[in-house]
Order: sequence, then structure tokens, then C-alpha cells
Amino acid sequence: MSLLAVEGLTVAFPGNIAVREASFAIAPGETLALVGESGCGKSVTAFSVMRLLAPNARVTAGRILFDGIDLLAMTPAAMREIRGKQISLIQQEPMTSLNPVLSIGAQIAEVIRRHERVTRKAARARVVELLELVRIPDAARRIDDYPHNLSGGMRQRVMIAMAVACGPKLLIADEPTTALDVTTQSQVLDLLDDLRRRLGMAVLLITHDLGVVAQWADRICVMYAGRIVEQAAIGAFFTRPMHPYSRGLLGARVDVGADEHYSLNRLSEIPGSVGSAAGEAGCAFAPRCPLVVPGCRLAVPPLIAQGERAVACPVVI
Amino acid sequence: MRMGRRIAATLKRTALHAGPTVLGIIVLDFLFLQLMPGDAADVIAIEAGAATAETMAMLRERFGLDQPIITQLGNFLSHLVQLDLGHSARFNASVLDIIMTRLPNTVLLMATALSLALLMGIVMGSVMAAWAGKWPDRLLSVVVLLLYSMPGFWVGLMAIVLFSVKLGWLPNDSNMTVGANYTGLAMIADRAVHLVLPALALASFFVAVYSRLVRASMLEVQRQDFMRTAQAKGLHPFFIQLRHALRNALIPVTTVAGMHLGNLLGGAVVVETLFGWPGMGRLALEAVLARDFAVLLGVLLLSSLLVIAANVVIDLLHAWLDPRIGET
Repeated sequence: MSLLAVEGLTVAFPGNIAVREASFAIAPGETLALVGESGCGKSVTAFSVMRLLAPNARVTAGRILFDGIDLLAMTPAAMREIRGKQISLIQQEPMTSLNPVLSIGAQIAEVIRRHERVTRKAARARVVELLELVRIPDAARRIDDYPHNLSGGMRQRVMIAMAVACGPKLLIADEPTTALDVTTQSQVLDLLDDLRRRLGMAVLLITHDLGVVAQWADRICVMYAGRIVEQAAIGAFFTRPMHPYSRGLLGARVDVGADEHYSLNRLSEIPGSVGSAAGEAGCAFAPRCPLVVPGCRLAVPPLIAQGERAVACPVVI
Repeated sequence: MRMGRRIAATLKRTALHAGPTVLGIIVLDFLFLQLMPGDAADVIAIEAGAATAETMAMLRERFGLDQPIITQLGNFLSHLVQLDLGHSARFNASVLDIIMTRLPNTVLLMATALSLALLMGIVMGSVMAAWAGKWPDRLLSVVVLLLYSMPGFWVGLMAIVLFSVKLGWLPNDSNMTVGANYTGLAMIADRAVHLVLPALALASFFVAVYSRLVRASMLEVQRQDFMRTAQAKGLHPFFIQLRHALRNALIPVTTVAGMHLGNLLGGAVVVETLFGWPGMGRLALEAVLARDFAVLLGVLLLSSLLVIAANVVIDLLHAWLDPRIGET
């Protein structure tokens, strides 16, 4: 049985539907990457799982089953028992996602003391262990530091320590490395992957970086304009992307490994923008699609399963 | 510890600024006072009904008023270095003694009013932010607007009419029941009862300022990423507001509170006069009317020291609230 099963999730903001009928599942211990460009609904999907949407957002349809229980039907108090203990969150900006006026030790201890009956002293010892676990040097001294004393990479490690403190079954990482430089990025992702193995967590990795996906994810979900357009295992996806949007994404990467220097080749792009299909019926990608046929503009293509993978495009099947 | 180092840094910075500030205030005040028509000798002569030119000259000589301005300033400063604020022509007593009997009353009134304003402002602002756009917010917004637009002396007058004259609940004169000679708890209770109306009148405007500020900064904090982090830990919303939001929201409030201390002391002159509160504000007014510059300069000096001292307290509070301050 899957650990998390999102079924037909639809999230609406006033005057705008951010996520449309999204369905996907994560098995225990698995890393699922949710990929798409800015504004496609990745983060909204992730925040719906924790029920931490902005106050003006509404889940209008769908179920989110975690261990077989519908999170959307839970009382707020029961949901607070799940947050931080069963499901935890790492946000994009380590600069702003830690409280600037509380020491990092206090902020990590907070989640431990919320979910476990431990003394202040025991919690502090646990925090030191956690800081060592996320490879923060001199953890016993660093524990009283404030966020502004730490670098971006260090802060993200603190966020990770906070997220794994109570041994969650699912970790949602919302673009955890976007704000970091490239070398720090791979260190943080290595750490995350190592912790996933050691703690047996599943990870929902939200990113727009296909390089990150190729290296650290087991499976991928591609989102476009609020819909999931393709789901596949990593190997299959990178050898043969099916949806025209996925193909465009892979084509738009800089090919560093090629014979010629990458700057000599033309960088391919997907023409148009996400807004192109605003207000039109049919496939949202149709205005930008190289394979478009008249039928594409009539109805929204459903996500059709094909063995291990699924794709929402009748033209390529 | 780190906290101790931050406090030391804050104190050092304030002390470095305090000296020149005080000197500048004294010299400027001294020079401005010379622009005022008349001196203590004139006032005494007027009150006596008549005076000969010889008496006037004698009075001026006794108070040192016949000296050139620059000599007077020099005398004042050299006495000041020895902590001697001079002698009052009006009260015929040492200026320091006069002020010291008044200073505690003013400090008490100011501290009470400021604490009251901060406390009520924080509570009202938080409530307004928590129910932003709903009826508690709108109701309190009206109250705040009223407090904001009514001058303190008018609030004080109306409070006297209602609570002292009509209802007879609270006293409106002086800072204690004259001649009652209470001791112990009874004395504290008596003082507290006398403090209520003047403190409320003085605080009313600032309650309005702080509630609006707290409301705005609480709403601002809600949008921060760390609030979502706190929610993702499974913490209770009330706890999140108290520990994560309020502490951040209070940083701008302490900044503004520090800047308001001078205004608060200015407001105290009016409120002290209104309630017969024997503080420095009323003393200043009496000194101006009597052209008793020695007392007036003493009051201005002590007031500036008081504002500086209160600013130190605010700075320390600020450094405690925000760990990014005071580290060098």
C-alpha cells in the first residue's frame, strides 16, 4: 500500500484554479519528484498535503490518503498531531523559513517537545545529536546560534534537522536547494538522501531542476498549468520522455556532455508561456505544442496509464 | 554569555551618545531661555507690587543675573560638574532638592502610562490582527481612532467629570490623600488609586498608536515563511502567535516607543497640571511663570536624563527581543 495517495486533488484560489484533479502516490521510502515551472501548482499541491494552504485557498475536490486516512477530513487538532511527527516540511528559502529571533536550538527543540514527552535537558541533547546528524560542525556550541549567524547551506541543514527530528514517514521538500549555490546544493541533497535511507522516510521532492531529479529521485511527476501531465520512473523518463512538454523540458537543458562546447549550440526552448492557454478549452499545452492536432483544443486529455507510467496526451500514445 | 555581551555593547553605545546629547541640550536650553522677556527679579518685583531700582539691582546681583550671559553659562556648567544645579530664587531652596521631591512622581506616572500603553496596545493590536476585517477588529478600530484623535487633556477632563464628579469612584487631585498619613499597603493602595486617571489620560493617545502598529506588524508577520515552518511542526495556533509572531511584531513597537518617550514627558506637563500631580511637568510650568531659570534648567536637564535612561531600557528590551541587534 502506498504511504501517501493523492486522488483527484483540486485547489482553487479566488478567480483561479491552481491544481486540477491531481492524482499521484508515494510508496514508503520512495523519493517522488514533482516537477514543473513556477506557478504550475507544485507548492500548492505540497502544502495541501500538510493542510497549510493560504487562508484564501480552498480544496474543492479530492482526497489525500496518508496511511489510509483522509487528511482532508481530519480535525485541526488531529492534523497538528500529524504535522512535524508523521509529515514534515522543508521550505525553499532557508533565509526566511527560520524565525530570526529564536536560537536554532530552541526552534528544533520545539518540535521534539511538541510531539514527545521529554525534559528540556533531554531535548537539548537530542538537538545536539540532530545537528551532528546533519553535519553541522561544533554542534554543541552552534546550538545557541541564531539564524543570522549561519550561512544559507547551514540554515537549510538546520531546517532538515528540524524536519527529521521526530522521525517522520514523509518529508516534503519544497525546492530545498533553489536558494543555495551549486556545491552546497549537492551537499544538502546528498544529506537528504542519506537521511532518507537511514530513517526510512519517503520524500516528496518539489523542484524545477531536472538535474536534481535525475540524480536523487525514484519517480517523477511532471505538472503543467495545474495538471499532472506525465508520471514515470526516472530511468524511463530520461531515456524516453513521452509528453510533448516533458520532451520540451529535456530539450531545453544545456547539454554539457556533448562533443562540442555547449555555448556553440543553440539552446532550444519551449515557445510561448504558460499563460498562452488561459481561458481556452482543451489541453493547456496545445498553444505551445509542436505535435498539436485539432482535437487537442476540444477536450482536456486524461492521464492514461501505460504499464508503469502514465501520460496525458493521446497524440503520443 | 552572548546575552551579556549584547547588553554591554548596547549600554556602551548609549553611554557614548548620552554625554554630548546632555551637554547640547543644556547649552541650547540656556541660550533659548535668555530670549524670554523678564527675569526672576521682575517677577518678584511684580508680585511685591513695587520695587526700587536699587532693590532690583540687589536681587539681580544676588541671583547672578547681572553677569554677562557667557559668564552665567560658565558658572552654571562649572556648578553642574559638581552636581550642583544652583539655587532657586523662587522657592528659596536648592534646585536639586526641589527636583528630587518631584522626580519620583513623574517617573512613576511615566512608567505606569508607558507600560499601560504598551500592554493595552499589544493586547488590542493582537486581537485586531487575529480577527482582521471581522467585527472585533472594526469595533476596536473605532475605539482606537477615537483615542487617536482626542487630546490627552480632554480625555483626562472627561474622565474627571465621569469617574470623579459623577460616579465618585476615583480621586482627581494630587498623588495621595492629603493628611491621611497612610502607611504600608494602605499607602500603596492610596497612591495606586490616585494614579489611575492621570496614567490613563497620559496613555490614551499612545494606546492608539501602539495598537495600530501591533496590528500592522502582526499581519505582516503572518506572511513570513517561518510562520509556516512553525505550523508544520504541529504547534498550536495560539502558541505560534505568542512565541513566533508577537516577538517579531514587537520589534518595531519598541523602536517607536523609544521615540515617543519625549512626547510622553511633554504630555505629562499637561496631565500633571490637570490632575494636580506634583511632578516635574508642573514644576516646569511654575518655573516658567516665575522666570526661575535655575529650576527650569534643572528640570530640562533631569528630563533629558530621564528620556535617555528610559531609552536605555527600551534599547535593552530591543536587544533582548532581536538577537541581530547589539552584535558587533
